[in-house]
Amino acid sequence: MQGRRQALALTAVVMIVAAGLVTGTGQAAPSVTLTIATVNNPDMVVMQSLTKDFEAKNPTIKVNYVVLPENDLRQKVTTDVATGAGGFDIVTVGTYEVPFWAKNKWLVSLEPFFSGMSSAESAAYDRGDLLKPVMKALTVGGQAYTLPFYAESSMTYYRKDLFARAGLTMPLHPTWDQVAGFAKKIHNPSQKVYGILLRGLPGWGEQLAVLDTIVNTFGGRWFDMSWQPQLTSPAFTNAVTFYAGLLRSAGEPGATSSGFTELETLMSQGNAAMWVDATVAAGYLADPKTSKIAGNIGFAYAPTEVTPKGSHWLWAWSLGLEGSSRHKAEAFKFLTWATSPDYIKLVARSRGWVAVPPGTRYSTYNTPGYKRVAAFAAVVEDSINTADPTNATLENVPYTGVQYVGIPEFAGMGTTVSQFIAAAIAGTDTVPSALQKAQQSVEQTMKQAGYLK
Amino acid sequence: MTVKPSWRSAALTLFTYLVALALVAPIAWMVMTGFKTEAQAFQLPPLLAWRPTLENFGYALGVAQFGRFFLNSVIIGLGSTVLACLLGVPAAYSLAFYPTRHTRDVLFWILSTKMLPVVAVIVPLYVLFSRLHLLDTRLGMILLYTMMNLPLVVWMMRSFFAEVPREIIEATQVDGASLAAGFVRVTLPLAVPGLAATTLLSLILAWNEFFIAVSMTYTNAATLAVFISSFKTSEGLFWAKMSAASALAIAPVVLAGWAAQRQLVRGLTMGAIKG
Amino acid sequence: MANQRIGEMPPRARGGLPPSVAAPPARKAARASGSRHRTPALVLLLPALIYLAVMTQVPFLLTLYYSFHFWNLMQPTLGMRFVGLANYAQIVLHDPIFRSVILNTVVITLSLLMLTVVLGLGLALLLHREFPGRGVVRTLLISPFLIMPTVSAVMWKNMLLNPVYGLFDYVLRGAGLPGPDWLATHPLLSVVAIVTWEWTPFMMLVLLAGLQSVSLELIDSARVDGAGPLGVFRFVTLPHLGLYVQIAMLLGTIYLVQVFGEIFVATSGGPGIATTNLPYYVYLTAFQYWTIGVASAIGVVTVILTTFAAMGFFRILNQAVATV
Repeated sequence: MQGRRQALALTAVVMIVAAGLVTGTGQAAPSVTLTIATVNNPDMVVMQSLTKDFEAKNPTIKVNYVVLPENDLRQKVTTDVATGAGGFDIVTVGTYEVPFWAKNKWLVSLEPFFSGMSSAESAAYDRGDLLKPVMKALTVGGQAYTLPFYAESSMTYYRKDLFARAGLTMPLHPTWDQVAGFAKKIHNPSQKVYGILLRGLPGWGEQLAVLDTIVNTFGGRWFDMSWQPQLTSPAFTNAVTFYAGLLRSAGEPGATSSGFTELETLMSQGNAAMWVDATVAAGYLADPKTSKIAGNIGFAYAPTEVTPKGSHWLWAWSLGLEGSSRHKAEAFKFLTWATSPDYIKLVARSRGWVAVPPGTRYSTYNTPGYKRVAAFAAVVEDSINTADPTNATLENVPYTGVQYVGIPEFAGMGTTVSQFIAAAIAGTDTVPSALQKAQQSVEQTMKQAGYLK
Repeated sequence: MTVKPSWRSAALTLFTYLVALALVAPIAWMVMTGFKTEAQAFQLPPLLAWRPTLENFGYALGVAQFGRFFLNSVIIGLGSTVLACLLGVPAAYSLAFYPTRHTRDVLFWILSTKMLPVVAVIVPLYVLFSRLHLLDTRLGMILLYTMMNLPLVVWMMRSFFAEVPREIIEATQVDGASLAAGFVRVTLPLAVPGLAATTLLSLILAWNEFFIAVSMTYTNAATLAVFISSFKTSEGLFWAKMSAASALAIAPVVLAGWAAQRQLVRGLTMGAIKG
Repeated sequence: MANQRIGEMPPRARGGLPPSVAAPPARKAARASGSRHRTPALVLLLPALIYLAVMTQVPFLLTLYYSFHFWNLMQPTLGMRFVGLANYAQIVLHDPIFRSVILNTVVITLSLLMLTVVLGLGLALLLHREFPGRGVVRTLLISPFLIMPTVSAVMWKNMLLNPVYGLFDYVLRGAGLPGPDWLATHPLLSVVAIVTWEWTPFMMLVLLAGLQSVSLELIDSARVDGAGPLGVFRFVTLPHLGLYVQIAMLLGTIYLVQVFGEIFVATSGGPGIATTNLPYYVYLTAFQYWTIGVASAIGVVTVILTTFAAMGFFRILNQAVATV
């Protein structure tokens, strides 16, 4: 009896597995299946759930999503394109990647596809409506390689009620010294209200995004014109010392574990007086469904210090066609669907104006419906328009990028440097010592990469 | 059986309950969080009374397509475990009952195949699988996970076989029964507790493996590991949704664990077989 | 002796000498008909060996091949150049981080091994008795191992270790003590805590299987000889367990050296390089710096180091066990 039951179980298992192997992927397929790689940010999630709109408009196309956290996605997509595996048709890349991907021919120029659009389609898409600074960052050699899905800059969020109670006023264009003063005054850790929230989580796209804008606005830079690293220069050191000091005296505890997500939670739960970070958080903080402080949130520009250049960043997540895709024409249709004015209206209808992907089109910012629910819209639009990756530092530099250095080596170097700085923030190392280690590491990498001799 | 004063036994039992509860508390908390909204998820002390919501589960099952990933995890997990046992149990038998002077080296070599960190070999594997058209296939994943678990199966089953009383082995051999019959009818049932533990561990390791899953699949063979990773985002709140997704993902393994641990009990009866 | 297990010396003969993992000599001598069984023995063994050889050695050889080349994924125009041992020279001679990474790996692995085996043994002993609800408790105790490592890490990071929202600091503050930023100031401790919580059930399962396979006959005869519960434990159970502890530690070493997901999620190897171990360092090199050649070299070095460690471990364990 025992044996028979076991044999039956084993047979069942084998059959399940065999069926699984045989069925594999073959469902009755529409004529084209597109595979898209994307990050799991809220705007992308909305896109994923609205894809049936695209599929309804294009019945022969089906879209499959690969959704991953940012780091995993980069790893996966880069390995895919670099080894020629060609598993994706559409890839989500940031402004950082676009230049080298275009150079490596991992992305294809979109110009031929734009030329192929009918006049009705072009008019509906309205390419000129896309924010110029954003498109500039996605254009290489005069040709657009990707289309922006959403774009952001950085700004200052503050609690109007806490400021009023402390008798303070936040100017529209604050300086970092002012902000530091406000933070220390309101900082009340025993009540779990922290003066200011700043990212300390290691990562070139986490901690360094904010820190680099501070370095810029303090007059510092990563490299001089002969690619010599400047991490131990006075301006850079001042910026990092200021940052670590501010975090330790008036910032959130657990700073080195705090990235955008953690800080968004803290701010929306009412645990902080100020937060300098991405403009995409504005909608979330202003929405009473998700934020406890929705009625008390104020918006100001990102703080400056010695120079306004580079004080707020420019970033966009954009969609591009992978070079090895065999369905480029169909993929282009998806690209234009997801970045079109119609898509924005679709999101507005189904989720409300607060949820539309920000920072991509002038028309969004000219729509009364949007302006009504987005009190922050003016600051955001202006911040994006004035963030110039080609002119972000006091002194000349051989690179582009506001909150990053536009060279492929930066991802690794930046992450390593941010780790050393995290140790300084945590107090397990001093700022000069951490910067010294960072400087050495960067020098070594730059030598190996051939920038330095 | 042992004779203990009952208060001591009761105290020990109570202590065991407490330890189990302490160990499991974070998981229980996480499962509860799956029923909260994102805003409620971060309350401290954790809300013990709230209006539970199914929206996270709905999202996980709906938009996020839990079912698709679940199916893949089942097929790949079961498939690789079965294959690893089919290959590994006979090998373990051979190493246990027919040892040679090479046995020790063979065992060591088998173990050494696991010493290369997956991270280091993933790009070569990716290139290989890409050329062989095994990327994003369930077969490819089964092959990889079998490779991952085979050493475990061989090592553990060999030890369990080594525990079988030799008289029993000799008895089957003297009887003139064929090797296979003797194995299946006598030796294997004795090693069932070991087999239960081994298959449970293999299944868990395959179910939870995430690096290979994320790297070697796209959409067709993506397992629950990829599903859960997709909830972690750098720009939105995810804790309640991730908790719901994780709760869904561990439920089957917990059930498997419950089923297998009863097999472990049967080990007690093994000692009752008189040699 | 009537109840002699294969591979086990009579418990009273040498104070309970546990079997070593190597082929037990006693049985070899006793087998008269060795050659008759060799063919089926090989036939049973070969499929597994061939499978492993093909599936692991081919990728390994490819990794080795890459390790002798320069290949930057992000710079395909630079191509793949043969550079001999340059990658190895770079990491062994010129890289100040590499030595710390090895040290971290050793510290993390050894602490984890010790903690998980000891705690696992404790749990196994607790479960080795009859008591009501035993099945439920057993399932509960296995459950930390059932969670995906990345999820465990996120759970610990957000729910337990977070200085603002976490349980530990909440309790500490309630007791009037300051709540440290665990992941920042005690990163190694935090990582070890997370992985210990996850892997103790694994050790428990292995050791429990061992405990439960101790022959009742042996226990009874030991009792008949006058041994109390402690004596039974020391002279029957513990020696028998010796084999299982060996397996647990050997398997554990292989798995624990490769701890990656928890570090990836909880600390990203930091602060600084405080929690960067070898696998995480490979990840950084391969997927942040994109230098596949160097990453492959680090992987190969890891294999070499782990092999030596495992061999040394083998020898030390056998010796330690022989002196018990």
